[in-house]
Amino acid sequence: MIQRPDPTFHASPKLAIEAPPEKFAYSLLLSSDFSKPDALAVIDVDPASSDYGKIFHTITMPNKGDEFHHFGWNACSSALSPLTGHAFVERRFLIIPGLRSSRLYIIDTKPHPTQAKIHKIIEPEEVFHKTGYSRPHTVHCGPDGIYVSTLGGSGPNGTDGPPGIFIIDCETFDVLGRWEIDRGPQTLHYDFWWNLPRNYMVSSEWGLPPQFENGIVPEDLLANKYGHRVHFWDLAGRRNVQTIDLGAHHQMALEIRPAHDPAREYGFLGVVVDTTNLEGSIWTWWREGEKFRIEKTATIPPEKADPDMLPPLLKGFGAVPPLVTDIDLSLDDKFLYVACWGTGELRQYDVTDPRKPKLTGSIHAGGIVRKSPHRSGATFAGGPQMLEISRDGKRVYVTNSLYSTWDDQFYPDGVPGTVALVNVNPSGGIEIDKNFEVEIPEGYRTHQIRLEGGDCSTDSFCYSSA
Amino acid sequence: MLTAGGWNAGLWLAVVVSGLYHGTNPGMGWPLAVSAGLFERRSAAVFKALALLGVGHLAAMAVVLLPFGLLTMLIAWSRQIQVTAAVLVIGFGIFLFFNRRHPRVLARIPPTKLALWSFAIAVAHGAGLMLVPIYLGLCTTTQPADPGHEAAIVLASNSLILALAVAAVHTAAMIAAGGVIAWSVYRYLGLQVLSKLWINLDAFWALSLVAIGLLDLYAAGYA
Repeated sequence: MIQRPDPTFHASPKLAIEAPPEKFAYSLLLSSDFSKPDALAVIDVDPASSDYGKIFHTITMPNKGDEFHHFGWNACSSALSPLTGHAFVERRFLIIPGLRSSRLYIIDTKPHPTQAKIHKIIEPEEVFHKTGYSRPHTVHCGPDGIYVSTLGGSGPNGTDGPPGIFIIDCETFDVLGRWEIDRGPQTLHYDFWWNLPRNYMVSSEWGLPPQFENGIVPEDLLANKYGHRVHFWDLAGRRNVQTIDLGAHHQMALEIRPAHDPAREYGFLGVVVDTTNLEGSIWTWWREGEKFRIEKTATIPPEKADPDMLPPLLKGFGAVPPLVTDIDLSLDDKFLYVACWGTGELRQYDVTDPRKPKLTGSIHAGGIVRKSPHRSGATFAGGPQMLEISRDGKRVYVTNSLYSTWDDQFYPDGVPGTVALVNVNPSGGIEIDKNFEVEIPEGYRTHQIRLEGGDCSTDSFCYSSA
Repeated sequence: MLTAGGWNAGLWLAVVVSGLYHGTNPGMGWPLAVSAGLFERRSAAVFKALALLGVGHLAAMAVVLLPFGLLTMLIAWSRQIQVTAAVLVIGFGIFLFFNRRHPRVLARIPPTKLALWSFAIAVAHGAGLMLVPIYLGLCTTTQPADPGHEAAIVLASNSLILALAVAAVHTAAMIAAGGVIAWSVYRYLGLQVLSKLWINLDAFWALSLVAIGLLDLYAAGYA
């Protein structure tokens, strides 16, 4: 029986920033042609270690074709919520959803990450039967269990009924059922996050399974049929309280990044592409009294290109869209990192004034046309995609694959997996670490990264740093 | 053998001690007062939160004690009532010991409803139940030695007043203890001690219920 809260639970973001730095990182390995099972790699990221930058343990799943995407912990700093009094769970299990298979793996990382192993497998039938949802995506540990968002409803194509969020018990890993009581106009899903003490959730929209599983559907994109709305929810009441339409041409509203300090009632959202001009955009949302508001606060222009250099999908446009596929906010709420997967750029914005982001840093790596090499000289396939910032804000880990079928459309030459490390200048500015290179096994792509002890896109804090 | 007066003083002490104990338990809400102070960046918010927690806790005590206060009208059954209460408290303690899961329904209470939260959490954890044996003991030691001459209605109203007094004294002690901790963390110690002060009382809490029930059984037999 646990007598004290897990030492990796922190009451405030400030305490998490001051905690010891991460020594291990977990990265998903994807077999993009589904010929091999997906895997979880444990990477040594302790600069003092002789194995620095090496994968020293790999957990290979027993099934093929899961297509891992995002994953998360069974418990995080939200366990210190003064409301739930449920501080005695361990940050121990990683919950990995298979986006394509609807299967979930529970990985036990104790007693040591080098011995991590499969603890439980939740089969797709259990998810379908108990929730009517499919294609599980984002995982966050919440006040009454593990919240998992899904991209599909029921039926073989996931289009019979809307997708939503379901809850898993954080100790037994039983699927408990749907979360929503009143979803309002929400019919699409992607990411979600929240402000726990302020009792609201924000969710975003990508598209339904037929719109992504076999690749991006250009006709749907040009007809603005991908998601373009943001939903705000009463968390305890499980009700949609407000839906804001960004305008149909703002296609694919993806990552939701609320300020980590719960006293700050604002956050950010990345929109992949504006179909009128191919821009990517960053939006800032905030709460005013009982109402939420959102506005576009930064745009990233497309880059003109010779059609001969472009994949078939983009030839007609003569330009490369930046494709804002991931954004991540440092724990001090100061820097927002923006992945431009199309143009191969990682941007750093100072968001101290959240409605006036200031571009403070940029690196180029990969890109559909630019094809910028890694600073070490090595090829960087794809572009910066999933981002994970260390708790202290000094390092950003970057991977390069988006989603199997989409990778093939935008990067027809393939996207062999990379994990890169970007060092952050505390006063602004970023630079790729020349010496950090992880050897990814042949035939695997890389997706989301999680850091030992928590990171900037998993932990939810219940106390202000004030 | 203790005198009735000795029992009486001891039982009042138990009311206070149980209050201090509940107040110390983070599960009863002192971290919420810290959180409120940090959110609003002012000390008054800590005290406002404590007051709301107190209102909820007081209501949770009263709602459990008052029905037992009415039962004391059945003076001929007082021993049976006391034994039943003891069995109930022991049973709930055993249930909590083996069922450490927190009721998920508590997550449905919005964080702004502090008094409601405090009420629900106290009821769910049997905080009021813990006071029942002490209260019934006080009913016995406070009533006149020969209650036959008193009208039942007077007995009952005395019991109800006593129930409110027990709830009030207990809650005052609870808020005092929780308040000292919340204020120390907010003003002096800082958030980093929060997780250090947060010890797992689940098993101890459950066993406290069992212990107090056993004491009650002992008192029913020998007091």
